[in-house]
Amino acid sequence: MARITVGPFNRVEGDLEVHLDVEGDRVAGARVNSPLYRGFEQILQDKDPLDTLVIVPRICGICSVSQSAAAAAALAQAQGLEPPPNGELALNLLLACENLADHLTHFYLFFMPDFARPVYAGEPWFEAAAGRFRALTGSAGREALAARAQFLHLMGMLAGKWPHTLSLRPGGSTRPVEAQERVRLLAILAAFRRFLEHTLFGDALEAVAALDSDAALRTWTAQAPGRGDFRRFLAIADALGLERLGRAADRFMSYGSYPAGGERLFRAGVWDGSPRPLDPAAIAEDLSHSWMDGPAEPLHPAAGLTRPDADRAAAYSWCKAPRLGGAVVEVGALARQVVDGHPLVRELVAAGGGNVRNRVVARLLEIARVVPEMERWVRTLRPGAPFCHHAPRPEAAAGAGLVEAARGSLGHWLEVRGGRIHNYQIIAPTTWNFSPRDAGGTPGPLEQALVGAPVRAGETDPVAVQHIVRSFDPCMVCTVH
Amino acid sequence: MSLRVLWLQSGGCGGCTMSLLCAESPDLPATLEGAGIELLWHPSLSEASGGEVRALLAAAAAGEAPVDALCVEGSLLRGPHGSGRFHLFAGTGVPLVEWVRRIAAHARYVLGIGSCAAFGGVTAGGGNPTEACGLQYEGDRPGGLLGAGFRSAAGLPVINVAGCPTHPGWVTETLSLLALGELGAADLDPFARPRLYADHLVHHGCARNEFYEYKASAEKASDQGCLMENLGCLGTQAHADCNTRPWNGGGSCTSGGYACINCTAPEFEEPGHPFQTTPKIAGIPIGLPTDMPKAWFVALASLSKAATPSRLRRNATADHTVEAPRIRSTKYR
Repeated sequence: MARITVGPFNRVEGDLEVHLDVEGDRVAGARVNSPLYRGFEQILQDKDPLDTLVIVPRICGICSVSQSAAAAAALAQAQGLEPPPNGELALNLLLACENLADHLTHFYLFFMPDFARPVYAGEPWFEAAAGRFRALTGSAGREALAARAQFLHLMGMLAGKWPHTLSLRPGGSTRPVEAQERVRLLAILAAFRRFLEHTLFGDALEAVAALDSDAALRTWTAQAPGRGDFRRFLAIADALGLERLGRAADRFMSYGSYPAGGERLFRAGVWDGSPRPLDPAAIAEDLSHSWMDGPAEPLHPAAGLTRPDADRAAAYSWCKAPRLGGAVVEVGALARQVVDGHPLVRELVAAGGGNVRNRVVARLLEIARVVPEMERWVRTLRPGAPFCHHAPRPEAAAGAGLVEAARGSLGHWLEVRGGRIHNYQIIAPTTWNFSPRDAGGTPGPLEQALVGAPVRAGETDPVAVQHIVRSFDPCMVCTVH
Repeated sequence: MSLRVLWLQSGGCGGCTMSLLCAESPDLPATLEGAGIELLWHPSLSEASGGEVRALLAAAAAGEAPVDALCVEGSLLRGPHGSGRFHLFAGTGVPLVEWVRRIAAHARYVLGIGSCAAFGGVTAGGGNPTEACGLQYEGDRPGGLLGAGFRSAAGLPVINVAGCPTHPGWVTETLSLLALGELGAADLDPFARPRLYADHLVHHGCARNEFYEYKASAEKASDQGCLMENLGCLGTQAHADCNTRPWNGGGSCTSGGYACINCTAPEFEEPGHPFQTTPKIAGIPIGLPTDMPKAWFVALASLSKAATPSRLRRNATADHTVEAPRIRSTKYR
């Protein structure tokens, strides 16, 4: 058995190192390490509770609005606040804008460039894929960057800037929308829709969102081969068998997302072959293989601890190991869509579980589903009506903020005593997906997904491993906050 | 001219890179290409991974692969206990601070991208659990990882493109000027920030200026009035051109409805009071505009408050315009 270390692992957000045990031409075991620690949970101790709104977005520059949204939700619970309808819609628009921009960045800049690697030079699809998706010089990246920058004008208008906005508040948004700005927002969304329909999908968003089975997806792909980058991906995925790569525990969780008028666009829950309700009280973090000091028993994050200990025996990551009722769960767009019950994703997961192809399909499907909702939210905004409710700083309170970032379930748990932060704990999506082993020795989702990955002769940075890792769209800076 | 750029990330959030990807008119690839900027490696943008990158780093550290501009994003983590183990560069087992020291010794220019790499930033906040610092500053004190006396091969100190995040234009213009050989010591301010943006104040061009003139102040987040008196705005003291150079197509913090927190400055992360609250003595904000005598400010503020038009007084504490400017017909033009 050979041991190899893969890293630096770029085109993920943050720092990642993967240790592989290789037997023959397959990965037999994996240990995943985030070799970076920053300590935001420690930095937040004793701060004014509302200062979290300044500090937590800086956990992550790629999902800073998600971090703000989770903090705002935790504070809202602590303050007993609810945003007015306009505020709720504005928060949804900001979170959706970031999540979709993330999906786009992931697809065009992080994931697809791997198909331009020299290892694929002999494949019949290679020349076209390399010309389109090669990092920095491919035609697709430039088009996507321009479309993304214009889409993020929504942030400029509704949030001042991105990343690290301060416009998200427990009671709504600091940035009311005027009537003429509402039509500007519609124009921004129309331009983004045009890019998606012309370049990414080669079809109407509604037609993509309506694909309801594997057969429908295959028919749609065959209808216009090579029209749109989604079909180009599906063809490569078929050629490489990406639906057989990177299967993890097949237990999925979603906190639910985008509340509007008492309902959520995507429902909350757990899926392990059938739907189950989510019990946030069953979440606990295990420290047995983390460079963290603490008790042997896993703790619920409301009582969690973050005390780094770089010398801890048996530890191999700064990442903690969150578990739901003691079990490993996968989070992300695939989890969101399977929990919500999208028929295509339910069928794909029933057939092949969580795998490299399905994770990418779910992400792109989500773009097609959410943009029309964003258009609806903008039309529902009522200029002149309030965007933000207010309440005094809490003196003694607790709150949890559970949101869905692009990469999956993000939770913040806050406790305030004497008007200051007594404890602040964060579980980010990649903490779930890239967790190390727990006290029972059970590997985290990525560690499981890497087992069985093919290693080609002479490969020191196996390309299959790269696909699997990036199929989760990891955000390591969030993981170790 | 061309400029070979090696970009490393450490104890930050990647936000300065994400901001850079928002470059517009022209977009990022066109801007880099037009300026002759070649990315030797960038963690988010390059195809090269694993062994290829380790080889490039080793060559750069040995002075064998020429690096014109070493860009570092994120603070430098010296902990625990000075070991640098809070950030080992993946795949190498070597602390990133060590890689930066070695490569900086050969680079023509060294740039701190964002306030973390410049001064320590938010990662150095609270009790600074990771012993975070900037490349050449620890907060507002010269020193940091490379030491106050450090000069890159071109004879310049670390160029601090500070901001949290930094604006894409601040980065691309600084790199473009370096590529042209047109950025020297005189083009940096006392904190070694490029004067191209640091010689401005956030206050310049603030859309709330009419409220500022009359001290018609916002009282709560989402009000339209001036954010200085009650909500902690530091725009009159913050060195940056955020209100004359738009963010994301037309935004800025103050146009987004919240106070400037002076994120281009050292130690902005620990203002000594809650962010978005203005500390006052006897009802007067303690942090007044830097270049205005306090007595004059107080005198003028009380005069302008007495003269505040009702339109501004009413609109200042509303979240949308409740009284429009009146049309006044006059024959004198």
